[in-house]
Amino acid sequence: MADYKDIINQYKDLPGGIIEAYHAVQREYSYIPEEAVEAAAAAFKRSKAEAYGVATFYSYLKVGKRGKNVIRICESAPCHVAGADAVIAALEKELGMKMGESTADGKFALELTECVGQCQATPVITINSKPYENVTADKVAAILTEYK
Amino acid sequence: MAEEMRIVLRNYGKIDPLKIEDYIAAGGYKALEKAKGMGQQALIDEVKKSNLRGRGGAGFNTGMKWSFSYGIKTDQKYVVCNADEGEPGTYKDRIIMENDPQSVLEGMAICGYAIGANKGYIYCRGEYPCMVEMLNKAIDQAKAKGCLGDFDIEVRMGGGAYACGEESALIESIEGNRGEPRFKPPFPPVIGLWGKPTIVNNVETFANIPAIVDKGADWYKAIGNAKYPGTKVMTLTGDITNKTFVEVPTNTSIRQVLNDFGGGVAGGKKFKAVQIGGTSGGFIPEAFLDTQLNFDDMSAIGATLGSGAFFVMDESRDIVDVVARIAKFFAHESCGKCTPCREGTMRMEEIMERVNDRHGDAADLDRMGRLGRVMTKACLCGLGQAAPSPVLTTMQHFKDEYLSKFN
Ligand SMILES: Cc1cc2nc3c(=O)[nH]c(=O)nc-3n(C[C@H](O)[C@H](O)[C@H](O)COP(=O)(O)O)c2cc1C
Ligand code: FES
Repeated sequence: MADYKDIINQYKDLPGGIIEAYHAVQREYSYIPEEAVEAAAAAFKRSKAEAYGVATFYSYLKVGKRGKNVIRICESAPCHVAGADAVIAALEKELGMKMGESTADGKFALELTECVGQCQATPVITINSKPYENVTADKVAAILTEYK
Repeated sequence: MAEEMRIVLRNYGKIDPLKIEDYIAAGGYKALEKAKGMGQQALIDEVKKSNLRGRGGAGFNTGMKWSFSYGIKTDQKYVVCNADEGEPGTYKDRIIMENDPQSVLEGMAICGYAIGANKGYIYCRGEYPCMVEMLNKAIDQAKAKGCLGDFDIEVRMGGGAYACGEESALIESIEGNRGEPRFKPPFPPVIGLWGKPTIVNNVETFANIPAIVDKGADWYKAIGNAKYPGTKVMTLTGDITNKTFVEVPTNTSIRQVLNDFGGGVAGGKKFKAVQIGGTSGGFIPEAFLDTQLNFDDMSAIGATLGSGAFFVMDESRDIVDVVARIAKFFAHESCGKCTPCREGTMRMEEIMERVNDRHGDAADLDRMGRLGRVMTKACLCGLGQAAPSPVLTTMQHFKDEYLSKFN
């Protein structure tokens, strides 16, 4: 795995590039390690408080460890009426954990999200930002095997 | 039977979006050349005269907006394309960019020429990483062919914050800050990105520009409803037979979209409500279905055109449950900068949950009415101002559903 310091340094001359740097770190790690926030503060000449404030403002960014494959389920109104609750229950059962948690083996993280812009085929989940459409409870297990 | 009209989706399905040669063969980049021949002032006047109004929700005259930046003498100006598309139930900007990215780049370059900016940014939502890749490829192709001249475009990724769709919050985010809106005035066309004059326009707005320059203001302003001419791309979701997108002239009615393109309510059920413009839009009952899909006619019925999301609910839906879900959305997405929004969205969620769980009483409706009115007036940006709209419009049009929760 590439060192987060090297990743961040690639962006340090980009005006306002701290968010791009965080995205790049997250693409590699699936999350932003706490120490990477400090490294970003140094690289972009911001206070640690500011660097932390930016990283924690954005729900797509996650500071602190989480599972490698990030499963997000849309709970916005169109997905909600299409049956997102049943999909949430199936995901929690299949993975043996609650929303916001990661599996003990570090393979999966499970999160709620708002609309991911794939509303033509609700309910929608994304895994590592790849969308799965028209998801139902009985499709969940098969989708997850791709990542096991 | 109403008919579709494709202006922003003019090349949909006809070209390979990642082959700039296809776009050029279809007449692409001729408008930019023509624009440069017109001169800045005449170009802005033409866009103004077309009466193209922003497709991001606020409906401001695009040429007028450009004229504010054009008039300022300074060393640097910016063009920003708002591709944050965070309004739930909306995916029209993705459809436009996926199928014809060059039309957006050309629109931005025309704006750059008009106001005197040589740098543009596309702020694309973080949920669309594939789109970011596509846009970068499209930009590389346009640069390699020399289509953009000295105009440079860079893509920046959002981080999943709905508030960042608001233009001043978006600017803060490009600058690498928390996405909190700024106090206005000054407005971005005067003081925007890094303190410089900045035009922020929506993807769909930019995609209209080459067609307007190419065919002229008179052609454009004769299409659809004269007060808000042109077309609007709508995305149909919820209990509707065809969950699809359509581009229709702005004198098309809600009913026509529902029935002619949407195929009516799914499963032969009866219609209950449609929420248009995204999650901050008002809920619309049957009685208003003949309203035309344009900014002013929608405002007149206390609703919005907004982003063009078109979310249908059938007779079996529990309106209070849906609005409670929406209230949670706003409590989550409030950026926290101003008190009326931060506290208001939280209290609204709390009360809606209570009512939905059958623990509320009639006094809760008064509380929400008052809270909603205060938020509409006192919140700093459109997020908090519009957040009460689903609550207020459903208390107005679907009051019985609330009352049934008190039995
Ligand atoms: C909370 C909030 C979210 C918004 N989200 C978007 C968005 O996702 N896309 C967009 O184009 N405009 C959005 N807007 C409107 C922008 O502030 C701005 O008016 C628009 O980008 C201007 O472009 P236009 O004139 O082409 O419509 C949002 C506004 C608010 C208050
Ligand atoms: S509402 Fe779920 S993807 Fe848009």
